Amino acid sequence: MSPVQTMPPRSYHIGKDDLGADILEVAMGPHHPSTHGVFRMDLKLDGETVVDLKPVFGYLHRNHEKIAEDITYPMSMPFTDRLDYLCGMTNNWAYALSAEKLIEIKVPERAEYIRVIVAELTRLVNHCLLIGFFVNDLGALGTPLLYALREREKILDLFEVLSGARMMVNYIRFGGVRCDPPDGWLKECQRIVDAFPAFLDEYETLLTENEIIIARAQNVGVVTREEAINFSLTGPMLRASGVNYDIRKVDRYGIYDRFDFKVPIGGHGDCYDRFMVRMLEMRQSVKILKQAIRDLPEGEIMGKAPKIFRPAPGEAYGRIEAPKGELGFYLISDGTPIPYRFKVRPPSFVNLTALRHMCLGHKVADAVIILGSIDIVLGEVDR
Amino acid sequence: MSLIGKGILKGMGVTAKNFFQSYYRKERLPTVEYPEEKATINQFSRNFPFLLYDGDDPVDGMRCTACTLCERACPPQCIYIIKDKDENGKAILSPRIFDIDTSVCMSCQLCVEVCPYEAIRMDSAFELSNENRFEGLLLNREELLKPNAYYHEIHPLEARETDDRMAAKAALAEAKKKARQKRARLAAKNKPPPGLKKTPPTRKKPPQREKSE
Ligand code: SF4
Ligand code: SF4
Repeated sequence: MSPVQTMPPRSYHIGKDDLGADILEVAMGPHHPSTHGVFRMDLKLDGETVVDLKPVFGYLHRNHEKIAEDITYPMSMPFTDRLDYLCGMTNNWAYALSAEKLIEIKVPERAEYIRVIVAELTRLVNHCLLIGFFVNDLGALGTPLLYALREREKILDLFEVLSGARMMVNYIRFGGVRCDPPDGWLKECQRIVDAFPAFLDEYETLLTENEIIIARAQNVGVVTREEAINFSLTGPMLRASGVNYDIRKVDRYGIYDRFDFKVPIGGHGDCYDRFMVRMLEMRQSVKILKQAIRDLPEGEIMGKAPKIFRPAPGEAYGRIEAPKGELGFYLISDGTPIPYRFKVRPPSFVNLTALRHMCLGHKVADAVIILGSIDIVLGEVDR
Repeated sequence: MSLIGKGILKGMGVTAKNFFQSYYRKERLPTVEYPEEKATINQFSRNFPFLLYDGDDPVDGMRCTACTLCERACPPQCIYIIKDKDENGKAILSPRIFDIDTSVCMSCQLCVEVCPYEAIRMDSAFELSNENRFEGLLLNREELLKPNAYYHEIHPLEARETDDRMAAKAALAEAKKKARQKRARLAAKNKPPPGLKKTPPTRKKPPQREKSE
């Protein structure tokens, strides 16, 4: 039996309430500022309380998987930037990882380190934005969001120098990365990473003790440990519910086994925990970044990748811990330069399945912050 | 939580600090007011591709040889090339039509990476809005062609590397050509007089001898 059926909607039933008022149906979205893109929640409301919710998406469907089955493997790389358009680097890496599994290319040491650096910078970018938008949803309009955007801007400038673009980076290649960081880039990166904890401290003073945030976010949208596993949540969502599962630790893809970092775990699985887990994850990312910049070796940045990418028939699944959760690419090759099947396992989409369960019994205003705490990007949900 | 509102007051303190410091600290106020003031674009940024030419005449100096590698590598298929022909209908190594639809281009740089002649590069111009959304954004060969000096202006580092690479390539080609000419000259000089043309068979003798032994 599916987990949703085993847990009856918390004592709410659809029908007339005691006063004889009707259930109100509201279509929230697709153009609603709180839905982070074109996403619709079909709500059934009893007064202000959510008694049923249906997520409706697909407004941003761009046929990514089918397009990828029509073009060669390397040509899909720029399209992966557009999945989760806030985290181009990690999307690139996940795709490169599965393609490298398919044809067994060895990635040089230096490229691995650069990949870790850009991936952790991406995590900072993503969590900054998420936390900014989360407090924006709570009603702190503008100010904390803009502080977060200001920090993100610095990292995007780094990406621009490295790859030429701020978000649609298209930087990682099968077997390595596209180009070496230019002179001075590492120094600049080091400077920004060193200054980052100061921003985090400031941000925590600004937000974490704020009574309004505590009152609004604690005990809202609770997902227990068992439920989180049943919904197959991943990433900060899963860890906020108290499950110690980080693919960087479990799979140790790339060179993550060389870094010393901890995985923050939440205890309650509510919105506040999800917010705090991300706050703490940023500190761990800074820790990884410092080690990676310190240890970055000299050498090649591209492995021996074949000129024409034509894998033998077979299949491969590469997954990484993207900022939002497990991002996987599943490729099936039939021996031609064009993939036979190209499947994306997007973290936002899978995490979104828990939305109904989390929102039932809460107020409409809570549904907004619950959605905000899931951290969805519609480019990835709809593909 | 001893005092209700303490956390909020703390937060207000941070906001106030940010507000006052934004008057005199650059890192607290990093924005510029576009369009009155423009942020400088760094030399690594990329936007849409353009074609390079050497010398003064765009069409004569065009580096592109219409090999169509970029056309085939472009993920959204926004490059359109037709090869040029001379009067006799023979194909010449240059494009007659080279169009890039910048409304489709996704600025991915794959065309730049595959081009073996360093003929196509990424531009960093960004104020490209146009009233005509069909023809205005479909750039043709003449609009795409830009001189090498322009490339040096927008991407100095990359342009220098490209020039070095091209110079090395040219030097290699020159050396090869010279070696070939030298070999040809030597061969011509060592060419035996017609009467002694029987020498090659004598060289082939050893295997025969082996066989006989
Ligand atoms: S940058 Fe990419 S999309 Fe644009 S023309 Fe080149 S290959 Fe095509
Ligand atoms: S730009 Fe380069 S790759 Fe494209 S047709 Fe010309 S020479 Fe070939």
